[in-house]
Amino acid sequence: MTVVATSTKFKENAHEALTDARLQGAMGFSGNFVTRRAAAAARLPEFEALRDSARAIKDHTLAHLDLYLEAYEAKVRASGGEVHYAQDADEARKIIVDLCRSLGAKSVTKGKSMIAEEIGLNHALEEAGIEPFETDLGEYIIQLRGEKPSHILAPAIHLRAKDVEQEFRKAHRDLPPDRSLAEPEQLVAEARQVLRAKFLTADVGITGANFLVAETGTSVIVTNEGNGDLTQTLPEAHIVIASIEKIVPTLEDAAQLMRVLARSATGQDASVYTTLSTGPRRPEDLDGPRAYHVVILDNGRSNMLGGEFEDMLRCIRCGACMNHCPVYQAVGGHAYGWVYPGPMGAVLTPSLIGVAEGGQLPNASTFCGRCEAVCPVRIPLPGMMRHWREREFERRLSPAPLRYGLGFWAFFASRPTLYRLATALAARAMHLGGRGKGRFSWLPFAGGWTRYRDLAAPEGATFQSRWRSRSGAVQ
Amino acid sequence: MSSRAAVFAGIRRSLGVVGDEATRRFEVETRLKQAPPGVVPKRGQGDVSARLATFKAEAERAQASVTEVTEWAEAPAEIARFLRENNCPAMLRMGDDPLLAGMPWSETSLAVLRGASDGGDVNAVSAAFAGIAETGTLVLVSGPDNPTSLNFLAENHIVVVPRDAIEADYEGVFAKLRGVYGKGQAPRTVNFITGPSRSADIEQTLLLGAHGPKRLHIVVVG
Repeated sequence: MTVVATSTKFKENAHEALTDARLQGAMGFSGNFVTRRAAAAARLPEFEALRDSARAIKDHTLAHLDLYLEAYEAKVRASGGEVHYAQDADEARKIIVDLCRSLGAKSVTKGKSMIAEEIGLNHALEEAGIEPFETDLGEYIIQLRGEKPSHILAPAIHLRAKDVEQEFRKAHRDLPPDRSLAEPEQLVAEARQVLRAKFLTADVGITGANFLVAETGTSVIVTNEGNGDLTQTLPEAHIVIASIEKIVPTLEDAAQLMRVLARSATGQDASVYTTLSTGPRRPEDLDGPRAYHVVILDNGRSNMLGGEFEDMLRCIRCGACMNHCPVYQAVGGHAYGWVYPGPMGAVLTPSLIGVAEGGQLPNASTFCGRCEAVCPVRIPLPGMMRHWREREFERRLSPAPLRYGLGFWAFFASRPTLYRLATALAARAMHLGGRGKGRFSWLPFAGGWTRYRDLAAPEGATFQSRWRSRSGAVQ
Repeated sequence: MSSRAAVFAGIRRSLGVVGDEATRRFEVETRLKQAPPGVVPKRGQGDVSARLATFKAEAERAQASVTEVTEWAEAPAEIARFLRENNCPAMLRMGDDPLLAGMPWSETSLAVLRGASDGGDVNAVSAAFAGIAETGTLVLVSGPDNPTSLNFLAENHIVVVPRDAIEADYEGVFAKLRGVYGKGQAPRTVNFITGPSRSADIEQTLLLGAHGPKRLHIVVVG
């Protein structure tokens, strides 16, 4: 089963989110990301130069992706690991389920992986009778709740501590019912205790990868909790699932990207754990997995190369775009309806699941431009959302009132004399209509605006006419 | 067509290439061989004592504690002091790294276990391959004498790092790794560790000791 998208219902989802008091309360905490990123960037004089360097590395790698993939693959094999390719989500799930079966796995621990979310891996494992345990605290919480992540870094950002307490009391029935879970510390300690047992007994550990290094055949994960490391160190086998664009040429290139990743994501100078894994354990090693598999997923990404959405493949999943997005801040991640929320999700979703399914998401933007301003690899997110809006319009997927409205406006906009006349009349009429209060609390065709706030009435002349008289006065 | 062939064909079709263009191959080989460093922050650079000062300040910013001893022989007593002051049991587990094995543990009252962790250890001691001044980061490398499980399973992780092993930046560590393991080669695991484990997944409140160690204590020797 592929992950079901509700992205076509973005508008309804967003309406629900705006009236969800619990969500609105939880989203209040997400502003921390913004101040922390700004402080971390300000602390490093080379930060802007590193962003340019990060962008250049990604562009170079994408232009030579086939060759770097070949080099990477050869290195993994040479270090005793195996590489598998999956064209789509179905194939990726099958490869991983088959690997788990062949390893006789009953339970699997998982580090946080957006690719695993993208392919709906947990569901496939459960269907095969293999129990998956998410080990990132946020992922564990949403797994208990049967939800999708609402943020690519902080999957449970939509929840309050008391929601987590409720979930833990429901799930951990063998612990004393009268225990205190009032403090977040107690919740973290309980998750640590419960998941420690899972780490020690899991047969397979599955992680994602932040980078795959061609030079050495290394997969890199970046975490703060240490769950990814326990996941990939303790079981007999380590399976990495990553998409094609995670390749970087060298360790130096990975370090350039790490420097912008942690600062853009959480405002740390470095994440607590950055781990390089190369092949299975060596013959004399006392621990580490005996088998090492990498599953490389395409799932529509190769189609994005060489086209107008190629820049999106530079994304390193730091989450800065959503942390700085006024729309994401207002509606949270679930409203976006698939796996990736926020501005990066608005561009990536239609690329991966099609404009018919995901075409509404690029409309979820005010085009304020903050996402592009903070993107560590300088992805022109608003410009790409604009491309998608055009495609949605061309394919007649946008709603009729919008299409007619635009057609109506275009008729006047392409006839300047008529446009000036019509806007002058409208400005005059609205000025008269709004006389007294200087604003409207209701206007026909503007219910979407006036339901929430008044519309200011024009002062009687259009901008263009005032500009002309002003310039005339100056000359 | 195999999935592998299909993925490569898709990439090459979109890029408008066939894969055997000599100029592209040359560019890729050159980059892999030369590994250009890119933009390296100045923050970590300087002589040994400048690097140590930056390393210490950055590690403490990341909630690690740092002490210095001048002789290897003093390290066990310092570790015993740290455990005592934090009310930790007087026992620890460590690998057979020669740096650690050569220390006078019997002069302390610490019970020392050897080998990989089974998940029940409260304290673990490791020897670092290097330190990184730029971000106060420790670099630990897996091998027969350095089990990776020690870095994550204990509640208190104590890491010994030689003063002259503190590099300015990540690039310095990569050069050192290539020197030891060979160009294009790597041990199974290289852990870059900056401070103790943490999570901010609940209401964005930063809490230490999520799955890994709650305390990270660094002993700089030399």
